Amino acid sequence: MATTRILEWVGRIYIVLLLAFLYLPIIIMALMSFNASPFYQLPLEWTTDWYASLWQNDQLIAATWNSIEIAVITTIISTVLGSMASLALYRYEFRGKKFLQALLFPPIAIPWLITGTAMLIFFFGIGIGRGLVAILLGHVALALPYVIVVVSARLQTFAPELEEAARSLGANQWQVTNRVTLPWIMPGVIAGGLFAFAVSFDQFVVSYFLSTPGQTTLPVEIYAAIRKGFTPEINAVSTIIIVVSMALMLLTARFFKFGGEK
Amino acid sequence: MAGVQVANVSRSFGAHKALDDVSIDFADGGFYALLGPSGSGKTTLLRQIAGFDFPDAGRIAIGGESVERVPVEKRRIGMVFQNYALFPNMSVADNVAFGLSVRGEPKATIAVEVQRALDLVQLGKLGGRRPHQLSGGQRQRVALARAIVTKPRVLLLDEPLGALDKALRVDMQIELKRIQREIGITTIFVTHDQEEALTMSDRIGILRDGRLVQEGPPEEIYDRPQSEFAATFLGDANIFRGDAIGNGIKLPDGTTINAASGASVPAGAKASCAVRPERIQISAGTAKFDAGNANTLKGQVSKRIFAGNNSTYFVERDGQTLKVIVQNTGAERLAEGEPVVLSWSPDSTVLIAAN
Repeated sequence: MATTRILEWVGRIYIVLLLAFLYLPIIIMALMSFNASPFYQLPLEWTTDWYASLWQNDQLIAATWNSIEIAVITTIISTVLGSMASLALYRYEFRGKKFLQALLFPPIAIPWLITGTAMLIFFFGIGIGRGLVAILLGHVALALPYVIVVVSARLQTFAPELEEAARSLGANQWQVTNRVTLPWIMPGVIAGGLFAFAVSFDQFVVSYFLSTPGQTTLPVEIYAAIRKGFTPEINAVSTIIIVVSMALMLLTARFFKFGGEK
Repeated sequence: MAGVQVANVSRSFGAHKALDDVSIDFADGGFYALLGPSGSGKTTLLRQIAGFDFPDAGRIAIGGESVERVPVEKRRIGMVFQNYALFPNMSVADNVAFGLSVRGEPKATIAVEVQRALDLVQLGKLGGRRPHQLSGGQRQRVALARAIVTKPRVLLLDEPLGALDKALRVDMQIELKRIQREIGITTIFVTHDQEEALTMSDRIGILRDGRLVQEGPPEEIYDRPQSEFAATFLGDANIFRGDAIGNGIKLPDGTTINAASGASVPAGAKASCAVRPERIQISAGTAKFDAGNANTLKGQVSKRIFAGNNSTYFVERDGQTLKVIVQNTGAERLAEGEPVVLSWSPDSTVLIAAN
């Protein structure tokens, strides 16, 4: 009995430490975005000045919009293409399929620094150069393998008889996919989409290689700003992004009951 | 409604011949069982008829129309799958409505037809449920309603009762038969359960290694099997092997066994005789016999299994174990180790050519 109690307490302490490790830096940053002192002096003097001055920082706002735009477009393109690729890999047997599936994993493992350099050289070679288009193409390429892996994992739980049953009832390929297969893999598609969004929105390395001073994304802009001299505006913009992305994640988790419902 | 003709259909997967020149005529409105052990090709044949897979050679016709190259979605068949394959994201009513809805039927018609189909399978009130809220038997009925609501030309069932427990299976056998009679649809039914095949179907086709072994009404196959495989796969049979002597065989020890029916085998060729265990009379070794036309053998009881309404005796005779089933009529029971005499009529004996 005593050991069980001790173990229970060890478990609780472990959870608290883990959560602190994950969230304490974020909480401190959020608090500092409301602190009047730009040098992290305590006690905290409440202010929303940094948010106000953020509103004046055109460069940061432009970069934020670029990031959101690129992340949304990346999500749409890579989710659609990735889901279609997963369906094709699931349904059809063709020459080189195993090889193609094996090719999906190295891009996830190759350091982004190397991918970024390679893309920079490649895009210059074919005349696209740097800029938002290059960043978008790069992000789609980075996000695609994640979507395919996640959607394919979901498809592994799909019973192929369901497609056969639908066909036996007269459904054509489009109706089968749309009304039977897609509803089943939807949680996987959503999860894949979230991955794609995160890969793009968090992306620093590849974006850094492909951006130009005028055309840049938020992580690159934040990096540039910090090098010039840190201002708590960065804390403010980071806090906004954290709140929005956590809200998005929680909403999706609630609607799609990850891992919960069968 | 329509009959189905399968003519000289062959299908190989790599080096494996799953179907080897199979021809069967499924009559319009009949209830047909395809029976065979696993790997016999029965499911492959059903999938050819459904249109999930196309034959390498041969012809398949539904209602006189050649369909061997028509994909499943255009064949107007209804199919019930072994694990029901209900769409988990749809309600029971939406599952049943699916076939009508993909055809673009008007909503009002769909509602009426779905209700009629659900009433037919006695699930009229459960349309709003989800498949995971139903019992196995109810899922089975939904799968059936979904398959017949589109008024298909033929109903295909792939081991539909395999996942149900024994009592429910017997209920569903009766139910399936009732519904099939009520709508009069040609039904082809794959099973490895010989009892199911015997009790439900008008005709049975026995398959083995991709070939059709024998085909006919259950009584005919049971009473006059044409091969040792048919005799032992559909029901139990005692098989005697020896040399043909006109209407019977001579066993290696010189005993003759007479058969009133079966193949005609030239004298001296290898042949077998099959006898059903319930056709053999067993008596204590001291009893007198009117030899007459009857086949008689002496043996010794090695084991008796009492099953209430009957007993099964295992009788050792010349290195062979014979099976005899005796109804529980209250007569004296024979003990294990007792010498016995077995006798049966040539009418109960079928002569089979060695294969």
